[in-house]
Amino acid sequence: MGLKSNLHNLKEKYKGTKMAPAFNAIHTFLYLPNETTHNGTHIKAADDLKRTMNTVIMAMVPCLIFGMFNAGYQHHLALGSIEAAEGFLGSTFWTWDNLVIGIWKVLPLVIVSYGVGLLIEFIFAVIKGHEVEEGYLVTGMLVPLIVPVDLPLWMLAVAVAFGVVIGKEVFGGTGMNILNPALTIRAFLFFAYPTWMSGDKVWVHGAVERAGTADAISGETILGSYAQSQDVVYNYADMFFGLIPGSIGETSKLLIIFGALFLIFTKVGSWRIILSTLLGALAMGLIFNGVVDAGLITSSSKFYGLMSVPFWQHLIIGSILFGAVYMATDPVTAAQTNKGKWIYGFLIGFISIMIRVFNPAYPEGVFLAILLMNVFAPTIDHYVVQGNVKKRMKRLKVKTA
Amino acid sequence: MGLLSKKDSKLILDPLADNNPITIQVLGICSALAITAQLKASIVMSISVLFVLGVGNVVISLIRNIIPSKIRIIVQLTVVAALVIIVDLVLKAFAYELSKELSVFVGLIITNCIIMGRFEAFALGNGPWRSFLDGIGNAAGYGVILIIVGFFRELLGSGTLMGVKVLGDPIEKTGLYAFGYENNGFMLLSPMALIVVGLIIWVQRSRNKALIED
Repeated sequence: MGLKSNLHNLKEKYKGTKMAPAFNAIHTFLYLPNETTHNGTHIKAADDLKRTMNTVIMAMVPCLIFGMFNAGYQHHLALGSIEAAEGFLGSTFWTWDNLVIGIWKVLPLVIVSYGVGLLIEFIFAVIKGHEVEEGYLVTGMLVPLIVPVDLPLWMLAVAVAFGVVIGKEVFGGTGMNILNPALTIRAFLFFAYPTWMSGDKVWVHGAVERAGTADAISGETILGSYAQSQDVVYNYADMFFGLIPGSIGETSKLLIIFGALFLIFTKVGSWRIILSTLLGALAMGLIFNGVVDAGLITSSSKFYGLMSVPFWQHLIIGSILFGAVYMATDPVTAAQTNKGKWIYGFLIGFISIMIRVFNPAYPEGVFLAILLMNVFAPTIDHYVVQGNVKKRMKRLKVKTA
Repeated sequence: MGLLSKKDSKLILDPLADNNPITIQVLGICSALAITAQLKASIVMSISVLFVLGVGNVVISLIRNIIPSKIRIIVQLTVVAALVIIVDLVLKAFAYELSKELSVFVGLIITNCIIMGRFEAFALGNGPWRSFLDGIGNAAGYGVILIIVGFFRELLGSGTLMGVKVLGDPIEKTGLYAFGYENNGFMLLSPMALIVVGLIIWVQRSRNKALIED
């Protein structure tokens, strides 16, 4: 008699009582449940919702592991104790020292994110008497990937509590939320504690406490450098492979592309949204390049730095790719119709680059753009459906006439 | 409440909770968002509205039988405007700093829907004493919410209450700040006022299910 049957007995014993959802959650978390998803937007096949969620988590694990190595690598590199790694397989990148720093800094973020979020889910499940929903499994994984490495843990805990309650539970829990909870958490952090979420100090572990001392190190992101029209010290390969400062999980474009292919192959993520987001970003980048080429903006303008970035380069700096693959595709908050997905994705990319260029205070506009389009997604769907209804009606009239 | 009959005391107590102008009728939201970043401003605003609504209700009630109904809105506006000017001038004379902080929002009491709403809904059809009680009650209901929101926004956003540093000094790193605590800048932005009001509405309605409308 193992843990499984013990849990099963507990589940039977507490059936119908207040604490039942809590036991059920532990049971399904550890073992394969015998239920399938019955309703909500996650319904797809004879799968449990948990499997959808696990697929997304699996797609993110490479980013997390890379993020751990990168956290240590950026730290050591900034201290000058190691040489720059040449390329993705560089010998100074995949080292034990880097990983130790990464685990030491990143794992607590993951634990706090899951601990606080799941605790709130449990409390709500017990109060409201419904099952604990697995929706938080993905959110809890996304959150550590999109925050700076030195973020104080209590701030993360406050933000997670806010994001889960205001972003999700007040709307009715998993599947009912308007805004992506992970992005709600990031937006909260960004507006509540801006000094910890932007600037040139927060992206490299150790930079904050060294600021102003003789050992000061800087970790300006590429976007930050561009916004101030400084020279960028990273080459394209570093940007693509992710050997750059940034939020923990969003730097490696290579691994994000692998994750995207995995999500598309398992049909969990929508390729329409991913593709149209990238197209939107390219379109806006091209427009800005055109403005610069036409001589409308000269190098004296404060927008010149970011506007003159070659349009394709926007895809490998900042987190537009991460947002497109893991955030915009969230099936709950995205548009549901196929045509709607194209519009939704395109506008996310378009607005992301627009915010990135026009507002130096928010060099990373991706999360704001996705939140904005989350709000508009139902409107887009409404007009797509109405348009279809109108077309059908016309056809009907032609036939009967 | 020996002083008031049961019906009269209801006029005051109802708007404080189950018929609160902000959380139930959702009126007067703009000022609740705009000036609640500080507790002091919330309190002054509450007192101003208390005065305008209390006196205004009495005035309208006294002249209710001689106002031609076609121009009653204009008459009401004139009464509010006169009272708001009094408040504004008093603030400028005795609390100049604060009146600069409240800036345009004192003037905007004129357009506060709660005031016109009470004139229309109550003072035009009731005697002066009852109108007075109704005005006081509604203004108090408005003030309670403003003060709750102001309390949390100032405490969490600036770490102060009425300008006193209750959580320690953020620059000297004393009190809570010594442990790495930081002020929540989001609390000072107006969306957070809306969220705090929303949370109050949530708590209130989950305690009293009768308030939930379909």
